[in-house]
Amino acid sequence: MIAHADLEAELAYLQRYALAQLRDRDAANEIVQETVLAALESGDSFSGKSSLRTWLTSILRFKLIDRLRRKGKEVLFESLEDETDDSDFDGLFSKDGHWQDKIKAWSGPEESLMSRQFWEVFERCSEVMPRRTAMAFVMREVMGLDIAEICNNLDVTATNCSVLLYRARMSLRECFEIRWTGEAKA
Amino acid sequence: MKINCRQASRLISQGLDQPLNQWQYVRLRVHLWMCGNCRQFSHQLQLLQQAARKAGRGE
Repeated sequence: MIAHADLEAELAYLQRYALAQLRDRDAANEIVQETVLAALESGDSFSGKSSLRTWLTSILRFKLIDRLRRKGKEVLFESLEDETDDSDFDGLFSKDGHWQDKIKAWSGPEESLMSRQFWEVFERCSEVMPRRTAMAFVMREVMGLDIAEICNNLDVTATNCSVLLYRARMSLRECFEIRWTGEAKA
Repeated sequence: MKINCRQASRLISQGLDQPLNQWQYVRLRVHLWMCGNCRQFSHQLQLLQQAARKAGRGE
């Protein structure tokens, strides 16, 4: 049996996760509710071997992928052209394509530290990211879908898909960098 | 033919999603061997990927 208090503690985490993919608060809340109900119904199958969060996340992830597949292609109205052009990174490179500044090693982060702060950084960073770019990243890296499925869902070519992922990674890398160098200074 | 850092950064990202072809793979390897900035960049993208996957599993 799962204690209700334990469950409640995980709600914020699940909502963040769902919101990253769905980008719609109502839809996110709805799927979190479904997840929790499913968890309560099958409470016995929670063995306690994995953490409660890991178990709930696996139910949520399954529901998100299922929804993605049932709903079919996303309807996105923003122009794809703006998102598949990487000229907004021009400032990072010199004219001949070398890094403008030295890439410094991040002093803070181990992988575990990064994954704990991941949602927080992603949430802030993705606010300024075009929708398709953020969604491509979540589908690829958070949900672990392969390129063909992501292309199909977002209705873009494989080349455009690569550019979306490149843009998302470049932006997130910068967001993490600001965080680590900022903390180093503080 | 040599590639520059910008081209290398695109290949590093692409390589996280699908195997690079031989042309791309060899040129990227040679570039990384010579370029500390791009080695650091590559390492950071790998950290980012691992962090996202862990977060995705609720770990």
